Amino acid sequence: MNHTYAVVAEVRGGKLRQVTLEAVRAAQAAMGEDDRIAAVLLGHRIAGLAEELSRYADGTVHVIDHPDLETYNPENYARALLETLNALHPRAVFLGHTAVGRDLAPQLAARLGAGQLSDVTAIERSGTEVLYTRPLYAGKAFEKKRFVTDDPRIVTIRPNNFAAADPAPSPGTVVTAAYSAPSDLRTAVKDVVRKTSGKVDLTEAKIVVSGGRGVRSAEGFAPLERLAEVLNAAVGASRGACDAGYCDYALQIGQTGKTVTPEIYIACGISGAIQHLAGMSRSRVIIAINKDPEAPIFKVADYGIVGDLFEVVPLLTEEFKKILPGTNT
Amino acid sequence: MNVYVLLKQTFDTEERIVLRDGRISEEGVKFVINPYDEYAVEEAIRLKEQHGGHVTAVSAGPERAAEALRTALAMGADEAVLLSDDRIGEDEYAVSKTIAAFLVRQSFDLLLAGNFSIDNGSGQVAVRVAQLLNLPHVSSVTKLNVDENRAAALRDAEGDSETIEVALPALFTAQQGLNEPRYPSLPGIMKAKKKPFHTLGLDDLGLSESDIAPRTARESLALPPERKAGRILKGSPAEQAAELVHLLRTEARAI
Repeated sequence: MNHTYAVVAEVRGGKLRQVTLEAVRAAQAAMGEDDRIAAVLLGHRIAGLAEELSRYADGTVHVIDHPDLETYNPENYARALLETLNALHPRAVFLGHTAVGRDLAPQLAARLGAGQLSDVTAIERSGTEVLYTRPLYAGKAFEKKRFVTDDPRIVTIRPNNFAAADPAPSPGTVVTAAYSAPSDLRTAVKDVVRKTSGKVDLTEAKIVVSGGRGVRSAEGFAPLERLAEVLNAAVGASRGACDAGYCDYALQIGQTGKTVTPEIYIACGISGAIQHLAGMSRSRVIIAINKDPEAPIFKVADYGIVGDLFEVVPLLTEEFKKILPGTNT
Repeated sequence: MNVYVLLKQTFDTEERIVLRDGRISEEGVKFVINPYDEYAVEEAIRLKEQHGGHVTAVSAGPERAAEALRTALAMGADEAVLLSDDRIGEDEYAVSKTIAAFLVRQSFDLLLAGNFSIDNGSGQVAVRVAQLLNLPHVSSVTKLNVDENRAAALRDAEGDSETIEVALPALFTAQQGLNEPRYPSLPGIMKAKKKPFHTLGLDDLGLSESDIAPRTARESLALPPERKAGRILKGSPAEQAAELVHLLRTEARAI
């Protein structure tokens, strides 16, 4: 029997998120040969994005396009999604482990009586058995888990750990999904402040430039931001920098905070407490810049520079500008 | 204001993970209230201080979790409930059904919990509980204002912030920045010993093992490969910067 593997697409800043294409790839890794993908896209004025998504998902793209769905409302999104999922009877539902996915997935799981595996970083299938790898203690350990019942399966995947799906040989079909505007919502989104618009998302970034106590002040983040701009990177921080009030907690990387797995992680003035290492030590290449040659961060760094970040970071920025095209600033 | 706080006992964030016989060893480990749940406990106590009322801390977990509940009592919670039964396990479907089976018989204005637990990190149980009780919720909250039967919450959405209004009763999960949790005072610790503490098992909740049959199971557990220390670059700062960019291109092939 063939099953439907649903992928819930996510839109941010008017664009399809990278993690959505990664979720398509993850679903493909979990499903069998005869199974098919059904992507679900929610939002408003998203016809173009549906078209784009259909080039990667060779099944069907179900579009729920309504002014009510312009911004994320936990209650309304879950209801809209459940309406579509109930019609699709999916074997599994894949979402990104993002602010939206983390909030939606357990709602779906509870409503569908389903199991959920969160923050999955790898999937292996042999025969009909599928194993999902996920971190414990933010990556201090990893477990492999499986679903043990035939109920729907909910999976959220960690950004940056699956390759984006390849373009499908033949594009999927875009269909409009039903949406009944609810009149009894208990939740209302009154205001959204996009502090991150135009910036690279921390969990999806290919390069992260991160600052610790060594940055010494909020202003001290300026050279890091400059480097991040040149590298098209996201800026992160250690708990020490956040606790000291140098930056917003939204930037915090570690066991409390976010876990990131970029291609390059540049730790500036970060000593490398265990709780921080848990959140970044799976990055592919780690660079540490710190005045203290004994700092534990050097034990996990591929390349270390012992020195003052306020001297080294601007020099590094200049070096990158020399080799990266399109950096005209 | 009648508030129930859901909390989990976890390893301290500075603990290293050691495997013994294929399981995570708890030997010599320092346990704490999950840091995100600690914000929830603090917020519940502040709401009580502001509006009056009663705070009940609830945990589903092994017997050792009683210690975390006692800490919550020492911080200022009024009552604690430990849902403990060998049959519950770790599957979030099972844990959330257990907690919901308890809460469905209570009356409350507000439920508070952490954004996620720093051990399993799946961030499911609180939101599942809200759904099972048919309550609205706001997750990842950095500010909470409660007024009679409504609340306004500031939600952190990956750096963006959303102001969400919701009708009570509702559930909120705490994000870092919500507050600064207090330390239990000595009189608080003394008083905690006299506060009501209940331990309930599945039978007390009217649940059978099949009601909470897990949906997922662990196949294996492993530590990540250890990272080896790389190299410390040499030369003047300018030379090191140039060398680093060169190595990133040629050796690491990351640029």
